[in-house]
Amino acid sequence: MVGLYKSDFKNPVVNWIDTRMPVFTLMQKEYAAFPTPKNFNYFWNFGALAMVNLMIMIATGVFLAMNYTPNVAMAFNSIEHIMRDVNWGWLIRYAHMNGASMFFIVVYIHTFRGLYYGSYKAPRELLWMLGVVILLLMMATAFMGYVLPWGQMSYWGATVITNLFSAIPLVGPSIVTWLWGGFSVDNATLNRFYSLHYLLPFVIVGVVFFHVIALHITGSNNPLGIDVKSPQDTIPFHPYYTIKDSVGICVYLLVFAALVFFSPNFFASPDNYIPANPLQTPAEIVPEWYFLPFYAILRSVPNKLGGVMMMFGSIMVLFVLPWLDTSPVRSARFRPIYRQVFWLLVIAVLALGAVGAHRPQGIWVVIGRVATLYYFLHFLVILPILGKLERPLPLPESISRPVIRGGGPMPGGAPAKPMEKP
Amino acid sequence: MRFKYVAPALLLGAALVTALGAAPAAAQQDVAKFKQSQPTEAPSLPKLAWSFDGPFGTFDRASAQRGFLIYQQVCSACHSMDQLYYRNLSGIGLSEEQIKAIAASVQVPGGVNDQGQPIERPGLPSDHFKAPFPNEEAARAANNGALPPDQSVLELAREGGPNYLYAILTGYRDPPAGLKMQPGMSYNLYFPGFQIAMPQPLQDDSVQYTDGVKPTLDQEAKDVVTFLTWAANPEMEERKQTGVRVVLFLVFLTGVTYATKRRIWSDLHH
Ligand code: HEC
Ligand code: HEM
Repeated sequence: MVGLYKSDFKNPVVNWIDTRMPVFTLMQKEYAAFPTPKNFNYFWNFGALAMVNLMIMIATGVFLAMNYTPNVAMAFNSIEHIMRDVNWGWLIRYAHMNGASMFFIVVYIHTFRGLYYGSYKAPRELLWMLGVVILLLMMATAFMGYVLPWGQMSYWGATVITNLFSAIPLVGPSIVTWLWGGFSVDNATLNRFYSLHYLLPFVIVGVVFFHVIALHITGSNNPLGIDVKSPQDTIPFHPYYTIKDSVGICVYLLVFAALVFFSPNFFASPDNYIPANPLQTPAEIVPEWYFLPFYAILRSVPNKLGGVMMMFGSIMVLFVLPWLDTSPVRSARFRPIYRQVFWLLVIAVLALGAVGAHRPQGIWVVIGRVATLYYFLHFLVILPILGKLERPLPLPESISRPVIRGGGPMPGGAPAKPMEKP
Repeated sequence: MRFKYVAPALLLGAALVTALGAAPAAAQQDVAKFKQSQPTEAPSLPKLAWSFDGPFGTFDRASAQRGFLIYQQVCSACHSMDQLYYRNLSGIGLSEEQIKAIAASVQVPGGVNDQGQPIERPGLPSDHFKAPFPNEEAARAANNGALPPDQSVLELAREGGPNYLYAILTGYRDPPAGLKMQPGMSYNLYFPGFQIAMPQPLQDDSVQYTDGVKPTLDQEAKDVVTFLTWAANPEMEERKQTGVRVVLFLVFLTGVTYATKRRIWSDLHH
């Protein structure tokens, strides 16, 4: 279709642009008038929070990059230069560093929200899979970013993780040499990680764009997990959810600010304030907290290749989750058994996080194995069977029905509360 | 409902498996502990009240200045502090004159003369702290093969931060009877492995304070740790002060936003 667009905007400048490139109409349709279920709880803030967080990472990252030097002899000192000599450098660096942790907190909650309310089910499979792609890209980005300050954990973390690829039969060692750009983690590695660390966030922006397109085709899920039946079930995104997201963003910024200003090294490993030394292995090599559950799975499997496969498998399984869960009911509110095993999964993942932070000795090995086993059982066995056996609670007729019955427009603050007792 | 208790049952099962698996592991650990006659774990760190603790904490200037004196007279014989410039000392309240004098007390490389020969010149406030050794090899050669770590960010580079540094400086003891010490090593309660290559750097009266404070080991250790904490976090006071304002503003903004949200949503109550 070629031709000018007939714009409804009154402002002449806006109208002129909109006629030639209807981005204002697009924004109006997709972000202002966009019909949105009226019953979101505050867990629906986390997508917007992730978006804000991504922008913060890019903004702080660009300013860090102006002062950072990707060279093994200078990287560590250039970070200290940023901290000490660059105007507001400490703020930019601590915001970027803690921003990575905030990003994972936000995205993990966002993901578990999806698991609880069945947001991965038809017709939102592709939307969910794009989300998993974003998670993988975030992990790659954060892993390579952590190498940049060239402290002891940067160096040894990079060494341990890249070495995992050596478990691949036949070609493994060659792949590792190729990743390193040499025969050990060195200047070539630092340079390529820096290049990719700058690139990947923009790839994430691209995938986020598709994630949002997919969302705007299917529409949002909601705490009841039932489809929108009539216009009565929805409200326009603006002003209702723009203001509600703003509340969430304020609270998020409060937590973020508390970290950055009062405890900026809360999540940091002291070892990363020691310059990288290839000749001295730290007493313990522990990844950043957001990788601990995966690290625990890796170490719970006695075989190296098996461990690597299970670790990657733990995310790959999320790609096929829409087809593993056989229940037609989305929200856990109406799935009495799923609701329980969901919390078991949460416990298993938290336990794996704790296991990842400890030496693989004694009780931790056992907990790690039990939790790993449960993680895979949950997705590969329990969910496929449960959909067939479980008797869901009766679903409400429509979104507006229970909302009216509840007396308020939304069950605010009290998310995930069952509507009816089983 | 038939599977009402699926989750508790699974959890119980997991706990059972864990307990069964853990019993032999625990037994193994006991044996390992029994085999070792020497203590294996350092006592927990002392918890001191520091002037820079908490969201309103600031560096006790007098203490930090005494700490710098200790660094200058004791620690700087072995430890470098590469990230700092002399000019940074204004951060602990030293005057421009004092800083100029401190910088001028060392000789630093001053480029080359008109014959192309390297020359030295007195230090300036814009110079980095002068390191005691020209390179790592020289530092190790003078210290029994051990490397005294750079002290610029040492406070951040050890679990426990200031409390750990204080513990190391005050943790020297006579080795327990029967413990074989490596040559040149000292016994320290808090150092991993208990044998540290740094001879006890501070005793009572190691330095003379000019402000009437009594230089006990405890006082000296507190002062130098205050200085080292400042050195690793020179931005701390500005950071916390900015933080208080940012948090206050955000609390206000959250309140206003929440009130607005309530108002906008109120028209949805039918
Ligand atoms: C005679 C040289 C010497 C002097 C003087 C000295 N140190 Fe050390 N210091 C060392 C050496 C050598 C090490 C490395 C010890 C090791 O690795 O066993 C060290 C290590 C340390 C450590 C690190 C311990 C750890 O956890 O790795 C601290 C903290 C420290 N010194 C503080 C100080 C302070 C504060 C002063 C001044 C009051 C000081 N040192 C004076 C030689 C010295
Ligand atoms: C998806 C978004 C991003 C994530 C999750 C992320 C994560 C990280 C992490 C974990 C670190 C190490 C922090 C530290 O210990 O100091 C880091 C450092 C760094 N990042 Fe990013 N980053 C992101 C985006 C960006 C972007 C877009 C840029 C540049 C345009 C950038 C530039 C840098 C630089 C220069 C450093 C080194 C400075 C430092 O270590 O503090 N980052 N990043």
